[in-house]
Amino acid sequence: MEIVRSHILVCAGTGCHASNSDEIVEALQKHIETEKMDKEVRVIKTGCFGLCALGPVVVVYPEGAFYSRVTPEDAGEIVREHIVKGRIVTRLLYQETVQEEGVSSLSETPFYKKQFRVALRNCGVIDPENIDEYIAFDGYSALGRALTEQTPQEIIDIISKSGLRGRGGAGFPTGRKWQFAAAAQGDVKYVVCNADEGDPGAFMDRSVLEGDPHSVVEAMTIAGYAIGAHEGYLYVRAEYPIAVKRLEIAIRQAREYGFLGKGIFGTGFDFDLIIRLGAGAFVCGEETALLASIEGRRGEPRPRPPFPAVKGLFAKPTLLNNVETYANIPWILQNGWEEFTKIGTEKSKGTKVFALGGKIHNTGLVEVPMGTTLREVVEEIGGGCPGGKAFKAAQTGGPSGGCIPAEHLDIPIEYETLMSIGSMMGSGGLIVMDEDNCMVDIARYFLDFTVDESCGKCAPCRIGTRRLYQLLEKITGGGGTPEDLDTLEVLCKHISENSLCGLGQTAPNPVLSTLRYFRDEYEAHVRDKKCPARVCKDLLQYKITDACIGCTACARVCPTDAITGKVKELHVIDQAKCIKCGACEEKCKFKAIIKE
Amino acid sequence: MKSLEELKAIREKTLAGIQLRKEDGADNVRVVVGMATCGIAAGARPVLGAFVDEIGKRGLSHVSVTQTGCIGVCRLEPVVEVYVPGEEKVTYVKMTPEMVQRIVAEHLVNQQIVSEYTIGAAE
Ligand SMILES: Cc1cc2nc3c(=O)[nH]c(=O)nc-3n(C[C@H](O)[C@H](O)[C@H](O)COP(=O)(O)O)c2cc1C
Ligand code: SF4
Repeated sequence: MEIVRSHILVCAGTGCHASNSDEIVEALQKHIETEKMDKEVRVIKTGCFGLCALGPVVVVYPEGAFYSRVTPEDAGEIVREHIVKGRIVTRLLYQETVQEEGVSSLSETPFYKKQFRVALRNCGVIDPENIDEYIAFDGYSALGRALTEQTPQEIIDIISKSGLRGRGGAGFPTGRKWQFAAAAQGDVKYVVCNADEGDPGAFMDRSVLEGDPHSVVEAMTIAGYAIGAHEGYLYVRAEYPIAVKRLEIAIRQAREYGFLGKGIFGTGFDFDLIIRLGAGAFVCGEETALLASIEGRRGEPRPRPPFPAVKGLFAKPTLLNNVETYANIPWILQNGWEEFTKIGTEKSKGTKVFALGGKIHNTGLVEVPMGTTLREVVEEIGGGCPGGKAFKAAQTGGPSGGCIPAEHLDIPIEYETLMSIGSMMGSGGLIVMDEDNCMVDIARYFLDFTVDESCGKCAPCRIGTRRLYQLLEKITGGGGTPEDLDTLEVLCKHISENSLCGLGQTAPNPVLSTLRYFRDEYEAHVRDKKCPARVCKDLLQYKITDACIGCTACARVCPTDAITGKVKELHVIDQAKCIKCGACEEKCKFKAIIKE
Repeated sequence: MKSLEELKAIREKTLAGIQLRKEDGADNVRVVVGMATCGIAAGARPVLGAFVDEIGKRGLSHVSVTQTGCIGVCRLEPVVEVYVPGEEKVTYVKMTPEMVQRIVAEHLVNQQIVSEYTIGAAE
């Protein structure tokens, strides 16, 4: 690769891509050509930097200047000022990095300081469509060493000793899983990667595939060698077109370089990868349903055992891991299991990637060592709730997880601790809620999701989740009774004990955890018929206070003519006609309209 | 891909080109070219180009080339400063692309300052 004096990295992850990063790349290139600098400066499209809230992101090296919210129109200024004259465009800098003298390193900002990147090590650093850059950052060296110097058992031992656990949700020890698959009898075996990522709001796996697809290709090839498989499948949801495209490019390049195919690294080992697109059903993330879907059957779970390691894809022994789990593998083999065990806590080693979303300043992608507290993630890295609102709860584990209240913010992030407070690690979605969120409504939202996504194979889940949803609708609609809360609990227990797969077994978690920590909110709904967060429409009324000066603006905006009153006189709302759309509240300049 | 050596060769070839993205640039040598209006008018652009060219040819991945605004001695432009970690900065003045080759060979590679091109010699 040519040595040039400056690299301009432009994020081309899904988030920044959606806000025109392609046009920025074009504009930058055009201006660089105009300045006749195309031999000195390279523009590179990378994966996600993590600070999605501030996208599109552009980083200029060697200074490491981090520009946020860049538009195609800004490209000219970046080239003319920064690239030509060496004057950093302060107006576009990520404010946290602005210093009196130049810029501070990104890793010193509150957003990055507590992060530690293992799975995301190359995201936003390399060009994901260029295999040479992956190699330059030590890519494929773990595979090379494994094939030429290590036995399959040695690899499995390293993974076991590293303490790595599955990042797809359940946290099963990865080394043990590899050992089972290696021990299984069979002439044909498979390696499968779960890139279904069905959690609403989660995008960790997508970001790895978009920013560093080769790490997964390399890890799956190593896994193939370790368990004795020659074929691997990547199951990716079809809604991830950029990830799929980069994976296709990565697989093609790996074949050209001979990292896939026959006789890899001059050894007798053959391995190849196939991509399968999923239609985006949540249940297809469950391993047995996923395997059925790859086989071309309906994506429905089946009882385990037999586990996939014994009888998986096409009834052959199969190793199935999550994207992020795989992304850790090359790092562990390069740096040694000892290094990996230095990160994290006793039972949860390494790091975890989270997709931060909801009522939080820095929505984006973060990777923290296990054991980091939720408070550090929410307040320091995430920058807290916007608008000075009070934090109410953090939701981890998506539709299978629970809501964690403020009193537990100081617990360390670990598989076991999260379980003990009624949530779970899950795949890494982390949604923050503030005082304006109604917890009963949140539970209703997640149940709405599971009702839609239940495959319907077993009755406890198919019927039970619907009944749960109906009860929650009744409560948020104002028709709930105190007895309903007990019924909820009984029903939850029944569903989690009797469902066939993880979807049904964990579906009650959002209800159980909110009942546990926010029971007062449920009680306010059923006893006082009030929604304390003023979210549930049926439980609140719009009223006009004495602050009304009779300007008539509200009456004019009301779509159902529910507001009456004479000019310069107090107006009133006819509750029978009011549909609670909130238009009047927005229109009133005198804050005379309140909801309670 | 047949061997680890082959992999290492690709790695080293590419690494030189992306070294400047690594965070541990503290021990990098920096060549800073004055590229304000005065510098550009005096011919700083081809000087900058020549540095990039020459450093690329020799594969000096530990050297970064950056530009800066007006250094303040406009009459001596184009001005180039070389920062070697742990040593005093060296300022070269009235630079031309022809002088670049010698500075790269003698100063950046062999650590011998080309004194006749420095600001001390010009004053
Ligand atoms: C309803 C349901 C959805 C799941 N969705 C995903 C998913 O999107 N991605 C994933 O990696 N694992 C998902 N899992 C977990 C997988 O079944 C499996 O445990 C995991 O992929 C194993 O990989 P790991 O050991 O590397 O975590 C889901 C499980 C259930 C029950
Ligand atoms: S628990 Fe739900 S999703 Fe799982 S098999 Fe039963 S019906 Fe299907």
